[in-house]
Amino acid sequence: MKPGRLFSIALVFAATVVPAHAATIEITMENLVISPAEVSAKVGDTITWINRDVFAHTATATNGDFDVTLPPKKSATLVLKKAGTVDYYCRFHPNMKATLKIEP
Amino acid sequence: MLVRWSAAIAATILLSSPVLMQGARAADKLTDPQIAHIAYTAGVIDINAAKQAQKKAKNKDVKAFADDMLRDHEAVNKQALALVKKLNVTPEDNDTSKALAKQASDKLAELDKLDGAAFDKAYVANEVAYHKTVNGALETQLIPSAGNAELKSLLQTGLKIFQGHQQHAEHVASELK
Repeated sequence: MKPGRLFSIALVFAATVVPAHAATIEITMENLVISPAEVSAKVGDTITWINRDVFAHTATATNGDFDVTLPPKKSATLVLKKAGTVDYYCRFHPNMKATLKIEP
Repeated sequence: MLVRWSAAIAATILLSSPVLMQGARAADKLTDPQIAHIAYTAGVIDINAAKQAQKKAKNKDVKAFADDMLRDHEAVNKQALALVKKLNVTPEDNDTSKALAKQASDKLAELDKLDGAAFDKAYVANEVAYHKTVNGALETQLIPSAGNAELKSLLQTGLKIFQGHQQHAEHVASELK
């Protein structure tokens, strides 16, 4: 039995495979501002929007790719599936605008 | 609506005749409990207007706008109530709140007589004017007069969100023409 070796293989596997595909990027909405306003990500990454306001917000892609609803003081996630530069805004507060740069 | 109030505010800022300066000094003396009352009253007015519009409006953009007003103003007022409770402040009725409430109930009655496209147009036009007046008052009177930092910050958030409402109302108004 060589549990130590098995463990180190598992570690290597985790270190080499997981980070490349599973980044989670947090974007906050606070005081009617989305920040960061521009984020670079890759297909397969997860975006978590955190709404710190008492107002409901949305993250709505201008090209129709996504429309995520964020109730007051809640967060929501989206797994990126398509590459491209996507502008999005809040449907309720259209002055809130931001961009996702999604690489393949 | 609110013509007298906005005119009074504009006058106190722009003009400098002795009488108006006196008005300006009186305005400077607004206390936090009075400011809280004015801000809350202003919110309730727009909530009532939105509820009326939800029942009467025909145009889908106007209906959606009314939904937005209801959601945002209720959120702000909920926050305002939580704040006055936390600060142990009792909002205090005052002449500005009374004038606001009176003008608003007159406007509700006036709009109630309209239907269909005529209602939609009048409601949205009033929302543009109302948000302009409230935003002007927040910017030049309520925010500068607020003593408590948390109250000031809530008013500033309110101003930001209501400026968005004004733009939204202006956009809907232009689409209705």
